[in-house]
Amino acid sequence: MSILLFAESQQGKLKKGSAELCSYGFALAQQQNTSLTIVTINCEETDQLAQYGASKLINLNVNVGYFEAYAYASALSEITKTEKSEIIVISSSADAKYMGGILAGKLQAGYVTNVVELPSNSEPLTVKRSVFSNKAFANTTLEGAVNIIGLANNVHEETTQSASTVVQQQDAQTQIKCTQSSIEQSQGKATIADADVVVSGGRGLKGPENWGLIEDLADVLGAATACSKPVSDMGWRPHSEHVGQTGKPVATNLYIAVGISGAIQHLAGVNASKIKVVINTDPEAPFFKAADYGIVGDAFEVLPKLIEKLKART
Amino acid sequence: MRILVCISCVPDTTSKINFKDNDRIFDEQGVQFVINPNDEFGLTRAIWFKEKIGATVDVLHVGEASADPTLRKALAIGADKAIRIDTPATDAFVVSDQISNYIQTNPYELIIAGRESIDYNGSMVPGMIAAKCDLAFVNTCVRLEIEGSTAFATREMDGGMEVLRVELPLIIGSQKGLVEETDLRIPNMRGIMQARQKPLAVVPAIESSSKTAINSFEKPAPKEAVKMVPADDIDQLIDLLQNEAKVL
Ligand SMILES: Cc1cc2nc3c(=O)[nH]c(=O)nc-3n(C[C@H](O)[C@H](O)[C@H](O)COP(=O)(O)OP(=O)(O)OC[C@H]3O[C@@H](n4cnc5c(N)ncnc54)[C@H](O)[C@@H]3O)c2cc1C
Ligand SMILES: Nc1ncnc2c1ncn2[C@@H]1O[C@H](COP(=O)(O)O)[C@@H](O)[C@H]1O
Repeated sequence: MSILLFAESQQGKLKKGSAELCSYGFALAQQQNTSLTIVTINCEETDQLAQYGASKLINLNVNVGYFEAYAYASALSEITKTEKSEIIVISSSADAKYMGGILAGKLQAGYVTNVVELPSNSEPLTVKRSVFSNKAFANTTLEGAVNIIGLANNVHEETTQSASTVVQQQDAQTQIKCTQSSIEQSQGKATIADADVVVSGGRGLKGPENWGLIEDLADVLGAATACSKPVSDMGWRPHSEHVGQTGKPVATNLYIAVGISGAIQHLAGVNASKIKVVINTDPEAPFFKAADYGIVGDAFEVLPKLIEKLKART
Repeated sequence: MRILVCISCVPDTTSKINFKDNDRIFDEQGVQFVINPNDEFGLTRAIWFKEKIGATVDVLHVGEASADPTLRKALAIGADKAIRIDTPATDAFVVSDQISNYIQTNPYELIIAGRESIDYNGSMVPGMIAAKCDLAFVNTCVRLEIEGSTAFATREMDGGMEVLRVELPLIIGSQKGLVEETDLRIPNMRGIMQARQKPLAVVPAIESSSKTAINSFEKPAPKEAVKMVPADDIDQLIDLLQNEAKVL
């Protein structure tokens, strides 16, 4: 029995969440009194994974040049069987969530997503996962012969171990269902999924022509930009920036909301962020109740000052 | 083309989330159930296909009779037939078993599910169906075009988009963007009248047992009161973020 953890890479480079995921995997292996096997696929930076206390590190060579969910799930399903793993740990990235269901179906596994802690019990394996868009947690038992834990973003501390692990290369059989015909990836810009800071604008910004303010603030902070639902519905910003219950979830260290009233559906999607700063002209805006720090003020006056001060700092 | 839209019924987004029986059960009192928004985007796209290129649109729910009004709403919006597999939706494994079994005996070229149900936020069912039925699957689908037996599906990734070419049959996980907000339909009187005449088949479930179970629910700890900073004291805000919250 071992724990198998899938550390994701993109164009050979490890994804940012890997450190957190591997740290969780090691802590889980310790807790369950077993060993950790980290698996990567077509990864060129496996050496960076040597520091997480895994007893085995396997890089699978899969002969498809892009993330193909079916191929990846097939490869991981095979390795789970050969390693005789009983617990699989994956992340909450869009790719992991795409692949997770396929993997669970193939392995007839128990599967839970958005897990926020180490298991509270081993027999049966019991985990706490976030449900109802972060408005509650459900303590859930996993009862499969194999079980998959999908770890939520930004919930576990990063730690490293002194012993290092040797990497094995292995070829994997794959099955492909979808052919990539084009890809558009935002280069060098922080994304909502992996940024530490997200700056988000609402209808209070009056129009798309004012988004320079949001972008400038995001630039000084190395942040990703986001928006409320009406802003993307009106086409001021792309749909991919819409956050909330029906948009993207945000679980960053810092979420700055400018000119967003704080409707229940918006809050549901951003609650998991650690620190929330709200800038709004209306002292009665519901968002202030959910915020850590608030400024009652006009975005068009506050933002330029904030940008200037932050620039001066760096 | 035959299209199946899988529908989960979820509490309306404004619902208060409460639990009962020692926090073991979700309290449905006063909660209004609606079509899961991600499924509604998919259903709307399905009806677009029906009207533009010709298709039949069935909707399927795994669950109990309390969902029938929601299925009627899907019929009123334009679906042709509703199917309810009569068993409690205990977990994603059971739901995907039921749906997989149904589509193996009633084949569809296109199966539309949502990226996730907005209640339990599982994001599990469509991928499980794909694996169980050996179907091609495109998740977080924000655009879907069909030419003959080939589909071009745009998938939203973290920080980008990709277009995937896939041969039908296909299952997608739909989400916002697949149709415009203004394309969503509110059932009109005529649709509601017609829906009464449309079939709602209740079919028996197959044997299947869940692989997960919820023991209890918890609410997050109440948060501390907000600290207000005067609009003319930006230095204080930066100081708090840097030294108190330690996020800068
Ligand atoms: C089924 C359903 C699902 C939904 N899902 C989502 C979702 O996922 N995400 C989401 O965001 N919404 C969602 N909504 C919409 C939600 O209910 C709100 O309508 C929306 O969040 C409001 O957006 P807003 O805060 O940008 O606009 P508004 O509510 O109009 O708020 C604008 C705010 O800006 C402030 N303001 C005005 N001028 C200034 C200024 N100069 N400087 C600073 N502040 C200013 C105002 O005081 C106000 O508080 C959903 C709704 C429904 C029905
Ligand atoms: N009980 C159900 N009946 C029919 N379809 C469902 C059911 N539960 C989930 N689905 C489908 O699977 C999608 C993802 O659900 P989930 O995995 O629960 O987040 C939903 O958007 C639906 O399309």
